[in-house]
Amino acid sequence: MIKLKKQLAETGVLGINRRNAEYTMKYNSRHRYPLVDDKLRTKKLALKAGIAVPELYGVIETEYEVRNLAHLVQSYPDFVIKPSRGSGGRGILVISGRSKEMFRKADGVLMNRDEVEYHLFNVISGLYSLGGQPDKALIEYRVQFDPVFEAISYQGVPDIRMIVFLGVPVMSMVRLPTRMSGGKANLHQGAIGAGIDITSGKTLTAVWKNNIISEHPDTGNQVTGVTIPNWDALLNIAAFHFELIGLGYIGVDLVLDKDKGPLILEVNARPGLNIQIANRAGLLPRLKLVEQHHTELVNLDDRVEFSKHNFEHSR
Amino acid sequence: MNRRHLIILTVTLMFIGSIVFLYKALVLDFPLVPEVRSDIWDVEAHLTFVSDDKPIKVSMNLPRNSHRFAIVNENFISRGYGVNVVAEDGKRKVHWSIRKAKGTQNLYYRASVRRMGRDIPPKKPEGSRPKKPDLKGAYREASEAIVSEVREKSADINGIVIELLQRLNNPRPGDNVALLLGKKASVQKKVDLSAQLLALAGIHARSVHGIRLEDQRRSSTIIRWLEIYDQKQWVSYDAVTGKRGVPEDYLAWWRGMEPLVQSQGTKNLAATVSVSRSEEPVIQAALDIEEMKKPFLLNFSLFSLPIETQSVYHVILLLPVGVFLLVILRNVIGIRTFGTFMPVLIGLAFRETQLVWGLLLFTTLIALGLSIRLYLAHLQLLVVPRLSAILIIVIFLMAGFSILTHKLGLERGLSVALFPMVILTMTIERMSIVWEELGALETLQQGAWSLVAAVLAYIVMTISYIEHLVFVFPELLLILLAGMLLLGRYSGFRLLELPRFKALAKLGSDD
Repeated sequence: MIKLKKQLAETGVLGINRRNAEYTMKYNSRHRYPLVDDKLRTKKLALKAGIAVPELYGVIETEYEVRNLAHLVQSYPDFVIKPSRGSGGRGILVISGRSKEMFRKADGVLMNRDEVEYHLFNVISGLYSLGGQPDKALIEYRVQFDPVFEAISYQGVPDIRMIVFLGVPVMSMVRLPTRMSGGKANLHQGAIGAGIDITSGKTLTAVWKNNIISEHPDTGNQVTGVTIPNWDALLNIAAFHFELIGLGYIGVDLVLDKDKGPLILEVNARPGLNIQIANRAGLLPRLKLVEQHHTELVNLDDRVEFSKHNFEHSR
Repeated sequence: MNRRHLIILTVTLMFIGSIVFLYKALVLDFPLVPEVRSDIWDVEAHLTFVSDDKPIKVSMNLPRNSHRFAIVNENFISRGYGVNVVAEDGKRKVHWSIRKAKGTQNLYYRASVRRMGRDIPPKKPEGSRPKKPDLKGAYREASEAIVSEVREKSADINGIVIELLQRLNNPRPGDNVALLLGKKASVQKKVDLSAQLLALAGIHARSVHGIRLEDQRRSSTIIRWLEIYDQKQWVSYDAVTGKRGVPEDYLAWWRGMEPLVQSQGTKNLAATVSVSRSEEPVIQAALDIEEMKKPFLLNFSLFSLPIETQSVYHVILLLPVGVFLLVILRNVIGIRTFGTFMPVLIGLAFRETQLVWGLLLFTTLIALGLSIRLYLAHLQLLVVPRLSAILIIVIFLMAGFSILTHKLGLERGLSVALFPMVILTMTIERMSIVWEELGALETLQQGAWSLVAAVLAYIVMTISYIEHLVFVFPELLLILLAGMLLLGRYSGFRLLELPRFKALAKLGSDD
């Protein structure tokens, strides 16, 4: 055990205590948390800055408004219901189509109107929100993901997570849903995490349930060595969130839409640590490098350049 | 900057904590280990009542020296009241009086009871035959009938008493007994009645009211038993079982049919009696010696509080210890539990229920609650009403448990009422959400971890050594606080993170 601990320290693995004590608490000032904890505010902020987000069809804030759902989504066959203050993908309901009066979930299961409304009630009363405060339900555009991911995801939408430290993208991965994860892009629930080389935008080895894999378990296609299109744009958008939100240590979640290009899904002020497993690399050396040099990096271009120059995957 | 603050703060806290601790331990000679057995008990009677600006008279029966116990260090705490202790026909009483008082009033009687085997000659009852009770009509007939029946069936005084008590406690008493006892017969009623009937039979008998000297009873219940004068000594009988003799730790408080307290001019009078094992022998010695110098510390120690409050603090001061353990379990080991403090509170409840019972009750309660909650999911209720519904169900389940176990004769089951209900409700709700989102396995895992944490907290909080230390030396909690502040900046790996990142370690060793 002690040996293991030493090895992890040598690799520069960031543990949860250190992330909290030395990064999130130090670089993320509390009063800016509401900007990211409330997805509606993040969305508005991004729109104002001219960053593309999934289109908002409507917001449901009170029990009374739940009956407006049918009206809100009248002209959209598919949509997503999200708790505005949800965390870790909890409470997200993806409707991929209709069948008469029924709604079809992403995994093909049909839900009747009552069930969807019950879900909305739960969201509003804060079942999925941080600290259980009352919440809003966002009804928004369902992302049509880029064909590059077609072969390597099972249902659900693959998303790209980028850790941005003081405006410098330091590590990235793409999360691919599997049958096991039920179409969710959450590593804990069985999604694949594949690291992305920051310099080239190519996927590296992938991790699935703590195993290193190179093929998608459901589709059998290669997940390593896939080039993510629009990579530079993704890096720039992610890095820009430092100015936009004003938090030093964040995880930015993006998706690539086949028509609309890169879209911001959400920003996380306490991003998880699994990204290290997906990249098979520790975060600490990269974070320390940024801490040493961040005063020299004046603008966005400098920071992205610094990132591409220094964080090439070593093998 | 904040790092320096933290260090200064923790060092200061530890310094103060250890200085006070060392001073009390070395200079004042406070005991470092709990005494295995103490023969001194602190008893306290607390009267509280409301008065509206009228003259007030309160009198209360007081315990007397006996061949088993000596009453020492009596104290009457009553601001502004005249206090008068009198001995009238073999009873000791305190009279409190005041011309005018307004609002809620508190009167305290405190004494130390020292156990000892002394030879006090038993007080002879007055007169060779007891006074005949004044009875009329049907009651007289019934009483005399019982007495003569009992007399016929027994040879000596002991036989009469046992026969009589058996009759009174018969689940289907005869008409005579039923008439005298009335519908609902309390122990008090039985004791009083048997004393009366024995007097009618020419035997000296009296009812005794007392308490049990047990540790940390926030409020002791008054116990009643019977005393008979037989062959030049008073013999005790348990009025319910009819057995001769009462346990060693029964302290007789007063005798006769009077209530504990009698009063004039009071409203809502309530009396509580509490007992605690005295830390006294060593500590009192320490206090007595230092009293001349009157150290500031002693006047502000927990020992200056009323006993009732002291026993509450016995428990409260253990909480930080349990919480400290939880911080280690969560932040250093990295286990996940339902709710931050839930395991500690459950561990505290286990202290009252005992471990095995507690675990059994807790898991059954949670399992039942969870299955009902999973059923409620079908009804699609809104969150707050649903939570309230679960709370009510939890309360019903607890009441059901108490009734069921009581009927089965398992008194331990009654202690289920000590489980924190709201915490149980929240736990059930959280578990069901984890169940729906992450599956049964994850739920059971987290649940099991929570239980492990609760059991560990229970184990730590029942070590009598720790309980003694934090109560006699509460300043040790400052050191604990410093430790917690340091843990708050602990940035090393959590133990359970190591296997999670294992894949990365192999990588490191390759290079």
